[in-house]
Amino acid sequence: MSGILTYALHYEGEFNKNSLGAVSEGAKLAKEIGGDAAVVVVGGDDLTDELCGSLGKYGATKVFRAKAPEGLAQPVVDVMAKVIQDNGYGYALFGGGLLGFEIGAGLTARLGGGVTMEVTEVKAQDGKLVAVRPILQDSAVAEVDYVGEPGIIIGRLNAFEMSESGDGAAPVEDVDVQLSDWSTKATMVQRGEQRGADVNIEDANILVAGGRGLGKPEGFELAEALAEALGGAVAATRAVVDAGWYPYAAQIGQTGKTVAPKLYLAAGISGAIQHKVGMQSSENIVAINKDPNAPIFEFSDLGIVGDLNKILPKLTEAVKAKKGA
Amino acid sequence: MKICVLVKEVPDAAVEKRIDPNSKRLDRSGEKNLNPFDTHAIEAAMQIKEGGKADVEEVVAVTMGPESAVRALHKAVSLGADRSVQLTDDALADSDVCATGYALAQTLKAEQPDLVLLGQQSDDGECYTIGAVVADHLHMPSLTQVIKMDVEDGKLRCERQAEYGYDTVEVELPAVISVGDAINEPRYPSLKAIMGAKKKPLDAKAIGDVGIEAGRVGGEGKRTTVLAINPPPQKEAGQIIEDEDTDDTVEKIVAWLEERKLLA
Ligand SMILES: Cc1cc2nc3c(=O)[nH]c(=O)nc-3n(C[C@H](O)[C@H](O)[C@H](O)COP(=O)(O)OP(=O)(O)OC[C@H]3O[C@@H](n4cnc5c(N)ncnc54)[C@H](O)[C@@H]3O)c2cc1C
Ligand SMILES: Nc1ncnc2c1ncn2[C@@H]1O[C@H](COP(=O)(O)O)[C@@H](O)[C@H]1O
Repeated sequence: MSGILTYALHYEGEFNKNSLGAVSEGAKLAKEIGGDAAVVVVGGDDLTDELCGSLGKYGATKVFRAKAPEGLAQPVVDVMAKVIQDNGYGYALFGGGLLGFEIGAGLTARLGGGVTMEVTEVKAQDGKLVAVRPILQDSAVAEVDYVGEPGIIIGRLNAFEMSESGDGAAPVEDVDVQLSDWSTKATMVQRGEQRGADVNIEDANILVAGGRGLGKPEGFELAEALAEALGGAVAATRAVVDAGWYPYAAQIGQTGKTVAPKLYLAAGISGAIQHKVGMQSSENIVAINKDPNAPIFEFSDLGIVGDLNKILPKLTEAVKAKKGA
Repeated sequence: MKICVLVKEVPDAAVEKRIDPNSKRLDRSGEKNLNPFDTHAIEAAMQIKEGGKADVEEVVAVTMGPESAVRALHKAVSLGADRSVQLTDDALADSDVCATGYALAQTLKAEQPDLVLLGQQSDDGECYTIGAVVADHLHMPSLTQVIKMDVEDGKLRCERQAEYGYDTVEVELPAVISVGDAINEPRYPSLKAIMGAKKKPLDAKAIGDVGIEAGRVGGEGKRTTVLAINPPPQKEAGQIIEDEDTDDTVEKIVAWLEERKLLA
């Protein structure tokens, strides 16, 4: 049978935006190749009939709901494998995120289906799906077809747009799944801890973002001074957030925030894909990096090859002087 | 306890990555090295071994790759692994994620590890998925992108960043864990370790040695087909300034910002 099964991640009673994008994409593609646009949700009591049914708005034709621990991939693999085996979906689809990678990978092992990741576009061709996937740090784009079923498609963050194409609530069906032994051997102790101060970067028109190139936690003072002079806020990469140099709330990228300010000035940031996906829609991108081969220069409007320790202080002074004038 | 670390040989980042237009595969000729992300996995294994909270008898580096991949294993051994295993067989060429994960899992089954560690991503493949594929085949619990890991009483306490912030997860051993690059600062190998690396035991295995079904790997086992490799959508190249005289550079940046009304 054909049809597409999309996984929708939720947290504290709300669906993840990237999951809603994937549900919308699944609905669109299912119309093109024929079959159901089904969605699977996994969690506890906060998955109410109303919340699950609301996926119908994004085009879901059916929602499978299973009770299992949240925030871990392997229980979802068990659920999706069963739903696919019982109903024969031809494709499994995931929005951008971390769990999607883990669940999609687990499914590939369990069901022997092909998998593509970081997919930016899915095309329907002759009743089948073809995944478009940038490779080699986005220096080439591969078009990938699946051999056999299911084809597993893991999207890139923000690749699929949300669209309210459906009407009314989707029917919800409970599925009873016996979890695998090994799926019960990981337990969530604490989820979604927000490390560091709660800063607001989403409303800023100007962001000065700092990465590992700032050298040490105190390096952020340079970024803060420039941000203040420009009238903006400070953002960060995962590398420096994981290292405890800057709060998580300021992190841009795959497991952080998505922003599109008027100016994004990146200092000491290499421009890894997982960072790029959170800021590439910025209107103007300026990068300061001492490595002329840094990937960030591939998608900057203005690139400065040089040492940020020399450039940032002088730039701050010059901006102050200009604005004061 | 026995720790297996999965390591991969990748083209050196300094070398431009190319696609072979005929096979549509990555052109893997040229300089190669141990995947830098895997050095964090080896270091994590060494810290458990040296940490005193778990009794680690052995750290084994495991790779699947062509003959040349022994160099990645030598590097892994110079960083502390006690011995290494290389799965190498012509039948494995052109394996996709599904096949690679299966083949590595079969190789690991023969080793019976209590813990399997991996890097967060391969520098060339950027798939982020091998860990979870291997774990499902091995029937072990698994987490990826772990940046803090403590072992105690047959359990791991792991921390990582997921979509809503930091998660703390307890995982029972045996388990498969991929580590993020923030987990540690890998050590440099000593000259003595580099010199001694070639003398440590290295086991070469063919697919038959670890019960891999030929039809499930290589070209035959592929579950995906690359139809085409295209250039990326063209984006107008940005302006580049090489900073020679910083006052001059700053002046240019300010003019650029002003032109775009960003200093209003
Ligand atoms: C599943 C997953 C999710 C991820 N999620 C995110 C995410 O949400 N956000 C994110 O940002 N990353 C994320 N990452 C990590 C990402 O892959 C990169 O590792 C990270 O973005 C790198 O951060 P960085 O640019 O600060 O550090 P690096 O890559 O180390 O780059 C530092 C740069 O600074 C430059 N530099 C050094 N010194 C100077 C100097 N004096 N002057 C000028 N330049 C200098 C260097 O040339 C280098 O290019 C994720 C990774 C994975 C696998
Ligand atoms: N051929 C291979 N041999 C051994 N380990 C591998 C191989 N391919 C990937 N890995 C491991 O899997 C991790 C993630 O790789 P990937 O999923 O390809 O991004 C790497 O950091 C390695 O630890």
